[in-house]
Amino acid sequence: MGVLQRPLPMSVHCKGAAALLAGAIVALGGAGCSGPDESDRVTVLAAASLTEPFTTLADEVSDDDEIALSFGASSALVEQLRAGARADVLATADTRTMAHAVDAGLVTGDPIVFARNSLVLAVPTGNPGSVSGLADLARDELRVALCEPQVPCGAAAEQMLATGGVDARPDTLEADARATAGKLALGEVDAALIYRTDVTSSMEIVDLPPDAVVVTEYLIAMVDGASNQRGAEDFITAVTGATGRRLLAEAGFETP
Amino acid sequence: MSLLAKVAVRRGDFELDVTLEVSAGSVISLLGPNGAGKSTLLAVLAGLLRPDSAIIELDGETVIDTVKGTYVAARHRRVGLVLQDYLLFPHLSALENAAFGLRSRGVPRRRSRSVAAAWLARLGVGDVADRRPRELSGGQAQRVALARALAVEPRLLLLDEPLAALDVGTRPAVRADLRRHLADYDGCAIVVTHDPLEALVLGDRLVVIEHGRIVQEGTPEQVTRHPLTDYVARLVGLNLLRGSADGRVATVGPEAVVTLAHDAAGPVHIAFSPASVTLSPHRPEGSARNAWAGSVADMERHGDLVRVTVDGPVPVLADVTPLAVADLDLAPGIAVWASVKATEITVYPA
Amino acid sequence: MTRHSAEARVPVLFVVPAGLGLAILLLPLAGLLARAPWNRLGEILGSDGVLTALRLSVLTATLATAICLVCGIPLAWLLARGSFPGRSLLRGLVTVPLVLPPVIGGIALLVAFGRGGTVGSWLESATGTTLPFTTAAVVIAQSFVAMPFLVIAVEGALRGADRRYEDVAATLGASPWTIFRRVTLPAVAPGVLSGAVLCWARALGEFGATITFAGSFPGITRTLPLEAYTAIGAGDAETAIVLSLLMIVVAVAVLALLRDRWLVRG
Repeated sequence: MGVLQRPLPMSVHCKGAAALLAGAIVALGGAGCSGPDESDRVTVLAAASLTEPFTTLADEVSDDDEIALSFGASSALVEQLRAGARADVLATADTRTMAHAVDAGLVTGDPIVFARNSLVLAVPTGNPGSVSGLADLARDELRVALCEPQVPCGAAAEQMLATGGVDARPDTLEADARATAGKLALGEVDAALIYRTDVTSSMEIVDLPPDAVVVTEYLIAMVDGASNQRGAEDFITAVTGATGRRLLAEAGFETP
Repeated sequence: MSLLAKVAVRRGDFELDVTLEVSAGSVISLLGPNGAGKSTLLAVLAGLLRPDSAIIELDGETVIDTVKGTYVAARHRRVGLVLQDYLLFPHLSALENAAFGLRSRGVPRRRSRSVAAAWLARLGVGDVADRRPRELSGGQAQRVALARALAVEPRLLLLDEPLAALDVGTRPAVRADLRRHLADYDGCAIVVTHDPLEALVLGDRLVVIEHGRIVQEGTPEQVTRHPLTDYVARLVGLNLLRGSADGRVATVGPEAVVTLAHDAAGPVHIAFSPASVTLSPHRPEGSARNAWAGSVADMERHGDLVRVTVDGPVPVLADVTPLAVADLDLAPGIAVWASVKATEITVYPA
Repeated sequence: MTRHSAEARVPVLFVVPAGLGLAILLLPLAGLLARAPWNRLGEILGSDGVLTALRLSVLTATLATAICLVCGIPLAWLLARGSFPGRSLLRGLVTVPLVLPPVIGGIALLVAFGRGGTVGSWLESATGTTLPFTTAAVVIAQSFVAMPFLVIAVEGALRGADRRYEDVAATLGASPWTIFRRVTLPAVAPGVLSGAVLCWARALGEFGATITFAGSFPGITRTLPLEAYTAIGAGDAETAIVLSLLMIVVAVAVLALLRDRWLVRG
């Protein structure tokens, strides 16, 4: 008697479960395709220091396409591509990282140099640590912030220090350029080697002899297997064109 | 080591107002229904509750005087407390429990333990010294708790329902033991209980509290022979009526009259035991008997007898044999006559 | 017949959402296990950077837990037993680090204890030392985020403790400190222990406040989570994955330990 009665509620539940499962799959599958048609979107992976100029550029040029920007440390971005992230454009903060991307077959075509950034010795306004040159970075009592050597700004900093023959005593090795600049902006360090473009009004730049300055080149390329090749090309053109150069210059970059 | 306590506590609607005197070496049984204020009084005496107004003198020392502002904290009062649940510290052995008070007062560990061990032995639980409280039986735990309280030689010993947590079978033996130990103790002791037998066995004097006031105190004989309230009467198993006497007759209700064996006058208590009440289907003969009509309200085994509660103008308890119950065909609702001889009645002024 | 009833009792409707929930929790772990460089496991775990970070993490988490115990137990006691105006407000404040994004916590710590901060500048002028970029700063950041766990666990245990034991101890002549040490603390010991374990685990995993307030330097302030973050930033996915697995193993071990405690307590 009980055996005969049970199956009825069970089958109702089974049907409900199947409907739920189907709905879930549709929802998940559709999540990535909301809004405009997928082919209209351009996904750009760019170094963190390009945040302001690229954001403004995206606002100014996007009329047909939707430009999705993702910023981070260049090496992290390359790692994301290696892990299979879908993107259309890659913009790195140095040649070494772009070379890794090229070697791994992650980008197509020749990468283009579209900007240059110098690494500068910056101090908080008022120069509380009385820093006059690179040699001061070896002083124990000074609080110094550098980028982690394995990221582009860190590699550049190491190069700078090596050329100047300075054995620096950093107190923190930050994971990206922004964080390093952030420590300086907060006044927690007396000196930092940061990109010129990250210098704010609360900082001063210490002049250095020209041969001591390290300049990093920014490269841009289309990602291999980009789903929106036309959009990628349009974006790259915008970056290397007049609008892009203007915005980059305003941000403090040098343009070729 | 005597105690003189005058305590008043107000808590919401409840008000406790008592004056108590305990002479050295004596044991007071504090009886009362739930909510009467017994535990409140103990808490005040132990120093765990601040009274609204009180004067307490223990062994000549003023422990509380709310008028002068004196207040001795619990830890300095040397009052021993044994609660119904014993509350032995679960993470310590029986020996460590008993030694706790001594250790807290700075007595070195070795000496505390030997004193505690002696106390445990004296109370008959020396062999469980190394066991944890959860491994002890109820009786053993009670004795360990008592040893713990006595080891610091308190001036006043307070026991709150000391036998309530034991099962009925072990109670008589433990009760007798406790009486012996209390007799050996030379401070004042107050035992709070709701069990009349316990009160009678353990106490040299009885003090009855109802609704925060002392309604009766005296020796066990005084209280049981002459209960002053219904509660006490019921407790000691007596029938108690109140009435107005005029010569040999006392009026206890609109249609109820009691004939007495002796003359009396004015407001009186009339008491007789249930065993002296006879039940019959009709009004009994004999002028020496007081008789009232009523109906059976309740029946319950009471040892070898059956205690029958009879409702009516004069409600009474009657103890009858099971045979009589069968003969009379007694059942709730049945009409009966209850009668008692005048000579079995005790009369005393209210 | 019995088996059939047992099957019918589980609502089939629950199986799908429960399965999805389980997938959300387990798929990342499965992904880590799948992509882990098993052949390089020993090399990475034995590398200087990882060992240093591990040592630093264990040291700072333990110190932070000690601080939380010393400061948190009295605080919990005050919250559970005290009666003073503003007690409920204080309790609310104690739980703030629980809901605060850790980076915000780090910024708050900087504002207070940084070089230019209210306490920090006084500290510098009085003793010449500053807190940021020191291991002490790491311990402070970890204590800040982990303390609520301990305080809440201990306060709960204290509230549930039977105070009559403490009453009896008082009548036996024990001072308040003796009562706390020999009666209250043993009674709440399980709560203290589980609070301390949670505290330690939270301190070990602390990232946002540490990197903002203390910075990131190997051996001084770069704890395991910071080491993993640096590895990601540098593109070294393998190290990041290995460190993630390490931290998950530690977390699972901690929770297993706690569960045993809970089960034993019943």
